[in-house]
Amino acid sequence: MADETGIPAWMTQGTGGCQCLAVGRTRRESAIKRTLSGLSRVALSSVFSEQIAARSGLLQKTDPRAKTAGLFFLLLITSLVFNLYVLLAFSVLTLVLAGASDIPLWFFIKRVWLFIPIFAGIIALPSIFNVVRPGTAFWTIWDFGGEVNIGPWSLGTSLAITYQGIEGAARLVLRVATTVSLAVLLALTTRWANLLKALRVFRVPRIFILILSMTYRYIFLLLNMSADMFTARASRMVGPSSPREDRRFVASSMGTLLGKSHALSDEVYSAMVSRGYNGEPVSTHTFRMRGLDWVWLATSVLIGVVAIGGDRLLG
Amino acid sequence: MHIPDGYLSPQTAGGLWAFMVPAWYWAGYKVKSTLSTKQAPLVAVGAAFAFVIMMFNVPLPGGTTGHAVGGTIIAIVIGPWAAVIAISVALVIQALFFADGGLLAIGANCFNMAFILPVSGFYTYRLLAKGAAPESPRRWIAAGAGSFVGLNLAALATAVEFGLQGDLFKAADSSALYSPYGLSTAIPAMMIPHLLVVGVIEAVVTSLIYIFLTKTNTVMLSNYDEIKAASSFKLKPLIVGLILLLVFAPLGLLATGTAWGEWGTEDIVNEIGYVPEGMANFAGRWEGILPDYAFPGSEETAAVENDNGNNVSDASTEAGANVSAADANSGEAESPEPISLEGVWQSTPAYLVSGVIGMLVVSGISVLSIRMLTRNSRKRETLG
Repeated sequence: MADETGIPAWMTQGTGGCQCLAVGRTRRESAIKRTLSGLSRVALSSVFSEQIAARSGLLQKTDPRAKTAGLFFLLLITSLVFNLYVLLAFSVLTLVLAGASDIPLWFFIKRVWLFIPIFAGIIALPSIFNVVRPGTAFWTIWDFGGEVNIGPWSLGTSLAITYQGIEGAARLVLRVATTVSLAVLLALTTRWANLLKALRVFRVPRIFILILSMTYRYIFLLLNMSADMFTARASRMVGPSSPREDRRFVASSMGTLLGKSHALSDEVYSAMVSRGYNGEPVSTHTFRMRGLDWVWLATSVLIGVVAIGGDRLLG
Repeated sequence: MHIPDGYLSPQTAGGLWAFMVPAWYWAGYKVKSTLSTKQAPLVAVGAAFAFVIMMFNVPLPGGTTGHAVGGTIIAIVIGPWAAVIAISVALVIQALFFADGGLLAIGANCFNMAFILPVSGFYTYRLLAKGAAPESPRRWIAAGAGSFVGLNLAALATAVEFGLQGDLFKAADSSALYSPYGLSTAIPAMMIPHLLVVGVIEAVVTSLIYIFLTKTNTVMLSNYDEIKAASSFKLKPLIVGLILLLVFAPLGLLATGTAWGEWGTEDIVNEIGYVPEGMANFAGRWEGILPDYAFPGSEETAAVENDNGNNVSDASTEAGANVSAADANSGEAESPEPISLEGVWQSTPAYLVSGVIGMLVVSGISVLSIRMLTRNSRKRETLG
């Protein structure tokens, strides 16, 4: 991580484990420490994605409007396609795009192809059995030799994995992984300021975009405030605190944060008014579509049409 | 509760987008009318708060941690409609910049977590805390209960969205096209943990924040009430709504058949062949001012009844055998078509008059009862 983000490794790693104070029993990491590491992860991941967005890969070079439109289109097509091979082809396509956009492949694979199939897979797992979704048996695990009932529920005559179950589960995992890949590609290769401006093309009202951009900025300020509160608390703690105490602390820090944000919004408003804000935000940047952008748009449309055609043809 | 892309069909995701777009505009309109230009920073910082608060780990009994959504407390502080926009913005940022929750599913996620949750949570709170003193325990209990209701309704909406996929979207060989579970699996799978654990965390955290704010920052809790009081109740939207209803009222004439459970004795004879004794005793004791929504004694009465597919025959005559005068007039005595446009136009004035009378009576009773119910509290306000 240190060389990807420029942040020294010792700053991003946890302090590790002197469990000396909790003698005799292993305690899970306290809620306060977990929150602290969660807060730093958000900051870290946004620094990381800004750095990837600054590279000069294929998607980074594409105009944000064309890129957003193209990726959204592909996303829509992915959720309309049912054939497993077509879905697989789409997944490979996202890997190719990641490679062409100079995204560290291992990071991308870890983010998308390790965690998503596991999570979606766990959710989809029960559905491969005939108990949940009846269908043609692919592998009969256990023949009950007669109908088995548990209370009002019938389990049928055997426990089996069905063709339909496997197909449905595979479809779900592939589709989720592909759509998440496309979303990650958009998030990683676009600077947030450009992404926000690209949203104007989709007729998102200007006031929403203003709010989005302000929110994005204040998230980091509030993250900082919270990290300060939690660090202050953690640094004053000797030994583990009771969950009850922690709960009170977490709730009061949420309350404090709410109070601070409210006061902050008043100050921000006064600052905006004193700089001439009258309810109508103004943007100065303009985009220009170039050859590459049109090529990208045309290619995504072509891929989409071919995919839908192929999907209907293959059934 | 963040639904990623791929679990929902485009039909479901699109439908919820279609619901949320006007909902956002409505919320924007409401916020603008109460907060004017101050809305942008308040909503933006509220959204940032909604984003950050979801990252706070709350210790649970047993050593694990969970996180709260905080939608209800945000709604209590900045108002339900500002909360709709603020939480939506937080969810959009999570989806766009952190790929947490799907992009096509933004409509669905916003519907569950940014619409159902804060709105139902807020109004439950308002209902339970109505009239309670600022420092009364009923207030924080109401906040906790509101957040419990809000979170569980949001979970229910999510479960229904998931469950519809399993039930409705199947390939020819019955393999699942999207999320594979039907409503009978999705609802218990989602609701049991939310009712027992997640909702309880949300309620406890919301109550604790509320108590904290009562002790340290009471102004924030009454903030929204002040804003609300400043923009007084307006009668105009109500009148516009009533006029719209009136315009569409004649649509009722196009409905065929009788509403289930609203049979007159004639309909009962048609359906089951006889009139139960008890029913016959009570029937006919009260004749409406405008029976069957038409002027009494006019031909229209007959027209409406025939157009509605009912028989006007006496209960003793054979069902379905007689043809009334109006049907013979329109020359469609045995026509299978139950609606004749001519009949609709003929009976519209009486139908409209019925509608106006009904609305006036209902509105009058409502206004009177609201006045009577709030008189005491207004008195208290002027005294205090």
